[in-house]
Amino acid sequence: MTTLPAQTEKKLGLVIDLDTCVGCHACVVSCKGWNTENYGAALSDQNAYGKDPSGTFLNRVHSYEVQPETGAAQTIHFPKSCLHCEDAPCVTVCPTGASYKRVEDGIVLVNESDCIGCGLCAWACPYGARELDQAEGVMKKCTLCVDRIYNENLPEEDRQPACVRTCPAGARHFGDLGDETSDVSQLVKERGGFDLMPEQGTKPVNKYLPPRPKDEQIDILAPLLEPVAAEPTGFLGWLDKTLEKL
Amino acid sequence: MHPAPSIIFFTVFSGLGFGMLAFLGLGKPDVSGFTAFIFFAIAYALAVGGLISSTFHLGNPQRALKAFSQWRTSWLSREGCLAVATLIVMGLYAIGVIFFNTRIGLLGLLGAILCVCTVLGTSMIYTQIKTVPRWHHWTTPLVFLSYALTGGAFLTGQVQVAAAGLVTIGVLQILAWVIGDKRFAGSGSTIESATGLGTIGKTRMFEAPHSAKNYLMKEMVHVVGRKHARNLRIIGLVLLSLLPWALLMFFPFSHLLALVAILAHIAGALTTRWLFFAEAEHTVGLYYGQRG
Repeated sequence: MTTLPAQTEKKLGLVIDLDTCVGCHACVVSCKGWNTENYGAALSDQNAYGKDPSGTFLNRVHSYEVQPETGAAQTIHFPKSCLHCEDAPCVTVCPTGASYKRVEDGIVLVNESDCIGCGLCAWACPYGARELDQAEGVMKKCTLCVDRIYNENLPEEDRQPACVRTCPAGARHFGDLGDETSDVSQLVKERGGFDLMPEQGTKPVNKYLPPRPKDEQIDILAPLLEPVAAEPTGFLGWLDKTLEKL
Repeated sequence: MHPAPSIIFFTVFSGLGFGMLAFLGLGKPDVSGFTAFIFFAIAYALAVGGLISSTFHLGNPQRALKAFSQWRTSWLSREGCLAVATLIVMGLYAIGVIFFNTRIGLLGLLGAILCVCTVLGTSMIYTQIKTVPRWHHWTTPLVFLSYALTGGAFLTGQVQVAAAGLVTIGVLQILAWVIGDKRFAGSGSTIESATGLGTIGKTRMFEAPHSAKNYLMKEMVHVVGRKHARNLRIIGLVLLSLLPWALLMFFPFSHLLALVAILAHIAGALTTRWLFFAEAEHTVGLYYGQRG
């Protein structure tokens, strides 16, 4: 049923640290790998080795340049996937009931055998988190690796989303954002985690941590390398004067 | 947004069909027998043809029946249910008019009301989409309804109503464009709010997440067609409203002239409906450094 639950028991989601992300795209690759080999229709590619390759991804890393009022511009890598919104507009527009938000953990999922591939949910999402697979004609989205996080066949350390498990920088964190005492909630509180496009009223569960302020002084050795003599003396002084005269 | 031909045909022709059925339901024109059959056949061909066209853009059209189940929350589902209900009620009414020369007025009235509701249902599929601020406004249902009723009046030979409708449609369409052009800026969504990086400074796209286009960009970041938007608006408005209105008002009525006027009107409706999609900006465009 496409009616949203009034509240969910847990709010499972991701916290993404924009300060730590190095933009390596490992999360993109591991996500595509896991979600192609496991639950649901594979994430297909079209013309993968041709002139105009494209494909379905549940997670993509953008890069932005931010110019502060003073100082140098900063490059910020920005991974983006489904935010598992509390007030998910993608769910209520679904005409078939294929899209739903789980009461037990708040994960937004698509029942692929009910999806007619109308694409309306992708239109309703402000973030571009849903992509219609061009081979299967069904809507694909981040499942928060629902087939990993509860999977008792996997070693305990692997029971987290593939993107979190693979991130070499530790920029991605997974947990219950509905529990104020959880590690992820503490992290959001400490670092001032924020919502994307809050004005859209979607109440995203996933949070982003802002980049930390950059150090004013970039190189601690720089002051020691200042020129010791402003005016050349000796042979160089003679050369300088002679060349001036020419 | 991507102006998919199947969706343009669906909204224009099903609108015309339901507009036509609304007038037939009110007994305008008061026809029976074979003449009535022709009128109803054209109306059903337009309405049903449009609805079938809408299934062409589905990834899995074989499951389309499931789309009738979520009327509690989904406007797309509601529109489907309303369309079927309308076609059934008007079908029963048509049987009376065509075969028994009996007009059940109350049934026709109910059918006409359902026709209006169906067109409003179609318009709400787009109006509800908050991510496209241009659509998310009261002008959208009014524009859709005025298109359907004007076209319906035209096709059922209600010249006076059609002439008034053509003026209304022109005014509403201009209003929708003038208001619509300011909607995205007024929504408050910017690349800074989309990325949350506005607290540091001015943000711009540095590198796209992929080397070629993807579904999101094809579907929701359609910018190519906007190059000629201004000219197309003028052409669309002339064909949609001005030319057919002038033909109806200033020339003695003839069937050939009416046919030219109707064809111009439909060509205009297809043009402005193309613009309705092509000019619609989606917030996801912000992540790509482009306004939808």
